[in-house]
Amino acid sequence: MNREYYGKLIFELSRQGRRGAIVPDNGCPSAPKLPDHLVRAEAPELPEVDEPTVVRHYTNMSNNNFGVDTGFYPLGSCTMKYNPKINEEMAQHHAFSGLHPAQPAGTVQGALELYVRLSEELCRVCGMAEFTLNPFAGAHGELTGLMVIRAYHESRGDTKRNKVIVPDSAHGTNPASAAVAGMKVVEVKSLPDGTVDIEALRPLLDDTVAAMMMTNPNTAGIFEHSVKEIAAMVHDCGGLMYYDGANLNPMLGVARPGDMGFDVMHVNLHKTFSTPHGGGGPGAGPVGVRKGLEQFLPSPRVMRDADGNYTIECPEEALGSISATLGNYAVLMRAYSYLLSLGGEGLRLAGPLASLNANYVKESLKHLYKLPLHGVCKHEFVFDGLADKSTGVTTLNVAKRLLDYGFHAPTIYFPLLFHESLMIEPTETESKETLDRFIEVMEMIAHEAAETPDLVKGAPVNTPISRPDDTAAALNPVVTFADLKAACND
Amino acid sequence: MHRYLPHTPDDIEQMLSRCGMKSLDELYADVPEEFRSKCPHSDARPASDPEIRRVFDELGARNRRLTCFAGGGYYDHFTPAVIPSLLQRSEFLTAYTPYQPEISQGTLQYIFEYQSMMASLTGMEVSNASMYDGTTATAEAMLMAVAASRKRNRVLISQTVNPAVRRVVATYAHYHGVQLDEIPEENGVTSRAALDRMLADGDVAGVIVATPNYYGILEDYTGWADACHAAKALLIMNCVAADLAAIRTPGEWGADIAVGDAQSLGMPLHYGGPYLGFLCASKALIRKMPGRIVGATTDADGRRVFVLTLQAREQHIRRDKATSNICSNQGLMALHTVIYLSLLGSVGLREAADQGAAGAHYLASQLEATGAVRLTYPEQPFLNEFAVTCSFPVDRLMTLAIENEIFCGIRLDDHRLLIAVTEQRTRQEMDRLVELVKTAAAE
Repeated sequence: MNREYYGKLIFELSRQGRRGAIVPDNGCPSAPKLPDHLVRAEAPELPEVDEPTVVRHYTNMSNNNFGVDTGFYPLGSCTMKYNPKINEEMAQHHAFSGLHPAQPAGTVQGALELYVRLSEELCRVCGMAEFTLNPFAGAHGELTGLMVIRAYHESRGDTKRNKVIVPDSAHGTNPASAAVAGMKVVEVKSLPDGTVDIEALRPLLDDTVAAMMMTNPNTAGIFEHSVKEIAAMVHDCGGLMYYDGANLNPMLGVARPGDMGFDVMHVNLHKTFSTPHGGGGPGAGPVGVRKGLEQFLPSPRVMRDADGNYTIECPEEALGSISATLGNYAVLMRAYSYLLSLGGEGLRLAGPLASLNANYVKESLKHLYKLPLHGVCKHEFVFDGLADKSTGVTTLNVAKRLLDYGFHAPTIYFPLLFHESLMIEPTETESKETLDRFIEVMEMIAHEAAETPDLVKGAPVNTPISRPDDTAAALNPVVTFADLKAACND
Repeated sequence: MHRYLPHTPDDIEQMLSRCGMKSLDELYADVPEEFRSKCPHSDARPASDPEIRRVFDELGARNRRLTCFAGGGYYDHFTPAVIPSLLQRSEFLTAYTPYQPEISQGTLQYIFEYQSMMASLTGMEVSNASMYDGTTATAEAMLMAVAASRKRNRVLISQTVNPAVRRVVATYAHYHGVQLDEIPEENGVTSRAALDRMLADGDVAGVIVATPNYYGILEDYTGWADACHAAKALLIMNCVAADLAAIRTPGEWGADIAVGDAQSLGMPLHYGGPYLGFLCASKALIRKMPGRIVGATTDADGRRVFVLTLQAREQHIRRDKATSNICSNQGLMALHTVIYLSLLGSVGLREAADQGAAGAHYLASQLEATGAVRLTYPEQPFLNEFAVTCSFPVDRLMTLAIENEIFCGIRLDDHRLLIAVTEQRTRQEMDRLVELVKTAAAE
């Protein structure tokens, strides 16, 4: 890494008079001057840098990052699978990149057809009747799905349903999305095997239940074997079943949420459908619904008229709009490219090989790490820290030590079911050699914890930086370059 | 075997054996057969790269690439070649949210740079790490105002705010139970008298206005912040990021929250996304902000480093007590934004805004000279977007222009059209549009 010499902020490379881009000149006379009170008084503080400096700065910064292309990234519930390069090429396709979102439907028939084809593919894979591809992210999809559910109940004049049941193992976005959608969250406990406790669920079911949110397999990687019974119970009390698609990957080509009794769901295109995570986005969180709920999907919607032409509609019964446009379109293009490249064979094997990889790692390490839930997992599983607790080495220490060995850390301290959760999701695109090396390193760390615990507790030591002081960052937030300059002058 | 799957038959056998299994099917023994039997199997062959390219070429051939005079929140600015090249750096592209700061300084540092630049561009003190887009960012600002007020549940939004933004804000308001009322428009600008009347009710948590507004008009918000603050309401300003190089900023107007879409900072139109929503605020509101925030600190060796900070605000900690459910930010588009702003700098950004303004005013005067079109709001100042009223049906011009590979603007109603000009439009293209207007008027 080149931190010492290249570790500056772009502002610190600025020299007055430099520029990194030439603006085209249209040869029109200058516009009349705006009245003073409508004009910006002072120019924004932006760096003045030449083009080579910009390129070198950001290229060097990328060297301080770790991605799926850099190495193994077993981050649980995030499905860090390989992001195919053909998807990137397709996403830049010149026949799509210049389309304005307000262009009349007649001028974007190809773009609308891609939208419909991807939506239909997702319906087939998930067992749903229709998908909107508009939501921008997984959490945005959850919110949209819950709005669909509320619109459905409201359309029936059933206004007292405001309760959403969420398992205690759920992703944090589940309860947060319910809260933003104006619903009340009720948590249901898990059994010791990690699955939903049906007996704890039963008393929660009444005529105020709008929905139950589940992910299946759940965040511990366990298939909810009672899902059919749970769905029947929720449906009997008039509620709908919501499927959080964050963990859809192992079910690809095996079983479909629609067949398990789910009514509404979202998928994360940036997880199961291989679009890159981009350091936190842009993603896409399409929402699917079973037959009978299509009319509540958000506007705008793509429809087909009697002549087979695609049109863009804003139907009366729709829940409203959750976006101005048809979503993060270039992300949708990547996912469609991925589905083409998978074909039937890829689709059928992706889920099972993801599960095989997870079980292989689990079985290979369960003598050294505490496995709280036994049995077959799906795409991911959870260790509750090291088996030997006497060393004082925590899950955080193990995670940081993994960085020293060139791996990204698993998800830590989630799910909240265990104190020392270490949640591992290898994905199907990792080879046996990579997994063997990971297993070997995890074994080494377990031995280090026993023999040289301080070494593990002091990790990482081989990374571009050492452990940052989070407390200081939160106590006195320095969140802009201006703050930083002010702090230096203090 | 499939090209993305490294497993050989031997690998599979050995790995299964470690798990005490004989077939991949056994991994799903706990999944009821009735689910499994319903799952359809496709016999589609995995497509090769040339086959995938062909599919996209065929679909693409059914799109019309038009010379763009449309805005309405999304503008055809140019993208420097540097940006797509750097955005394809795998280390940026294939990383997740920077949960492990020791190996994510690249992402964390560009977000810090992004926050610095956006705060300065909007004239605000702080920025979060970005949001999905401008519509949802505005809805989040509404929720933030309600949460910050504690007891109040009513938000006002001007009718001059982009209708697409208003629709999304209204959806969030409806489901979250926020009372959202519109401040009426008068002659293209927000009614100040109506604002004062509504604020007098004493129950308003926030007021949402736009600069430039939907019609491209730069409204005079003198005294608005004071009026809002006197009524204990927050002033939220939705803006077009690129225009802030030239026009008075939300910070200068005294706004508490600045939101909007940063698509205008050179992001390809891409038929609707991905774009980037920004949310900036006064420092007093930092702990009420949704989304990620990156802060500077030091590492164990005393080096300046960057981390995700103030996470106690976020959904994964607060769960059902959260006032926002946003999890990711718009990472890669934040990188786009910092590279764009670095390349252009304040001088280039101003030049681009001035070029657009010069073109827009030239085009407006040429259109008026035809006698068939007049400015809808001739008294109102504008930068690079303006509404016109045509003596002929807008649809006639729209059809004629498309036949000539031009998207002439956003249709406001039968006779009104919203036209935008960026630095990418040449004088020749503008003259061509003027000729088409003459033809449409003569028909």
